[in-house]
Amino acid sequence: MQPDRKGYFGEFGGKFVPETLMAALTELEREYRLARRDRRFKKELAYYLADYAGRPTPLYFARHLTDAMGGARIYLKREDILHTGAHKINNTLGQALLTLRMGKKRIIAETGAGQHGVATATVAALFGLNCDIYMGTEDIARQALNVYRMKLLGARVVPVESGSKTLKDAINEAMRDWVTNVGDTHYIFGTCAGPHPFPEMVREFQSVIGREARRQILGREGRLPDYLVACVGGGSNSIGLFHEFYNDKRVKFVGVEAAGLGIKSGKHAATLTRGHVGIFHGSRSFVLQEDDGQITIAHSISAGLDYPGVGPEHAYYKMTGRARYVPVTDREALEGFQALCNIEGIIPALESSHAVFYALRLAKRLTRRHIIVVSLSGRGDKDLDIVRGALKLG
Amino acid sequence: MNLIEKKFRDLRQRNKKAFIVYIAAGDPDLATTKRLILELDKCGVDIIELGIPFSDPMADGPTIQAASNRALKSGTTVRAIFAMAGSLAGTIRAALCVMTYYNPVFVHGLQRFVKDAKHAGIDGIIVPDLPCDESGDLVRLGRRFNFSVIQLCAPTTSSGRLEKIARLSTGFIYYVSLTGVTGARASLSADIDKNVRRIKKITAKPVCVGFGVSNPKQAKDIVRYADGVIVGSAVIRIIEKNLGKAGLVKNVGRFASRLRRAI
Repeated sequence: MQPDRKGYFGEFGGKFVPETLMAALTELEREYRLARRDRRFKKELAYYLADYAGRPTPLYFARHLTDAMGGARIYLKREDILHTGAHKINNTLGQALLTLRMGKKRIIAETGAGQHGVATATVAALFGLNCDIYMGTEDIARQALNVYRMKLLGARVVPVESGSKTLKDAINEAMRDWVTNVGDTHYIFGTCAGPHPFPEMVREFQSVIGREARRQILGREGRLPDYLVACVGGGSNSIGLFHEFYNDKRVKFVGVEAAGLGIKSGKHAATLTRGHVGIFHGSRSFVLQEDDGQITIAHSISAGLDYPGVGPEHAYYKMTGRARYVPVTDREALEGFQALCNIEGIIPALESSHAVFYALRLAKRLTRRHIIVVSLSGRGDKDLDIVRGALKLG
Repeated sequence: MNLIEKKFRDLRQRNKKAFIVYIAAGDPDLATTKRLILELDKCGVDIIELGIPFSDPMADGPTIQAASNRALKSGTTVRAIFAMAGSLAGTIRAALCVMTYYNPVFVHGLQRFVKDAKHAGIDGIIVPDLPCDESGDLVRLGRRFNFSVIQLCAPTTSSGRLEKIARLSTGFIYYVSLTGVTGARASLSADIDKNVRRIKKITAKPVCVGFGVSNPKQAKDIVRYADGVIVGSAVIRIIEKNLGKAGLVKNVGRFASRLRRAI
């Protein structure tokens, strides 16, 4: 699915930003279109994705998990094996190369779980760019290890005290920085939300996940999967997996949202399940909001899903029925986390654990003839403090 | 012709410049906002911009962010702001407009928002996260209901966009004096003069300058070439300093009078 000229997927998307940024978005779109057709750019990106980040990532047949569920065959797309520990590096490498093309010397980014922050700090070190990462103080407290990693990589981590002190406020603050320093700064937006061209561009950089997975599953099974399952915060790993299969109408997409303490508790981040159409962070999409249009504070055990907005392409998928979005609670995500640890010896990120839990439940309802591909978007090292607080082991 | 347009016609005839003040409605509560409006009107403010608070004010610096938070904490809603504004009917000479982010307007329903605002005696709107490209629906409603949709342009705006903004904007054109967010600055950018003249070359519509203006001297400089000046954060800082004090309204009035004399 390609957006229209103004950046709309159906009725979702657009550019809702201060006038000051319009010139920068136009420049970014122009550079991005040129880069996409530039063989040297593509070659360079492919080189860094392979030799630096470690692509292609394996598509692992989770035999033990499959046997334990006794249903569909479960495959894991192992983005957790990538350099820096999550899919975020696919996007930051692409955008850093664009930054160099635009001749800008400084990059900024927001981060929730810290994975996008680490991936941005990494490319800043790699390409010699100045780097400031905005992070809510709530997230700084729960992802202390990633804060230290960013600092080791030479980035400055700017604590954000406003609002809910999480991802949404980090984005506000990064936007304010960008409005002020737009002349020499590129904002490496971390997910497929925000103003056009970010949703399309981030999706393109993440689509490498789906391109590989499609080739791998065809090589392995000789056919396409029945289900793709991925977690959705802003939605970049899921859209990266789904996009390549968009026209394969028999492949069903399932986006797994964070239901936090439960959909009815009011403490969740299930934007597509519970939100309403609105304008937030530069685009028209679904938003968790009050009747008066004030944005609600989201909740999830995983900082990376703790966001009251969602990418406009997901909103379009929901409205057209191309994808189904389901909620998974904190507690269920921890169950998925433990299952993957115990049965396959893989410690997943809490974000990805939401997708794992749903895939396990889905697999049980299906038979050995069915295939599920799960996006294992990140590894869980960063979450051990939180998990240790939540799970008592014997 | 609505009240905002009339203001500019009258000012032009008298060879005067517009003095526009921004306050956050509901900061610290709507009763104080009402008293502030009456006081600002008495001080000769031409247009009062009422900020409708939003939880995520992307284009605002710390001063207006804090004001929005205080307003939200006091339970300020769109409906309550309109009711307060409506209760002022016939008592003030100043024109009223609102400034807010697009989501509260969108969620209220565009047409309902414009009609309710008009009904409350509010004649225009400024939406900092609604660039001209996305403003079509609101502009059409504005034309239909004689409601000004005041568009912003910035130092980074290209000539092509400037023409479109000048064509679409009604009431006046809001020139953002700096590349940045709202907030009082000690010194202003040197190219405001040049950029305002560039805009005035392509349009006969009034051009007013806002963002960063903090004192009478800056205001005086700006109205040498612009049709008006907008002061927000500097006024809100006075409100902030006087929170909980009896002199709040009077002190804001004193500052506004000093600015008025300079303009």
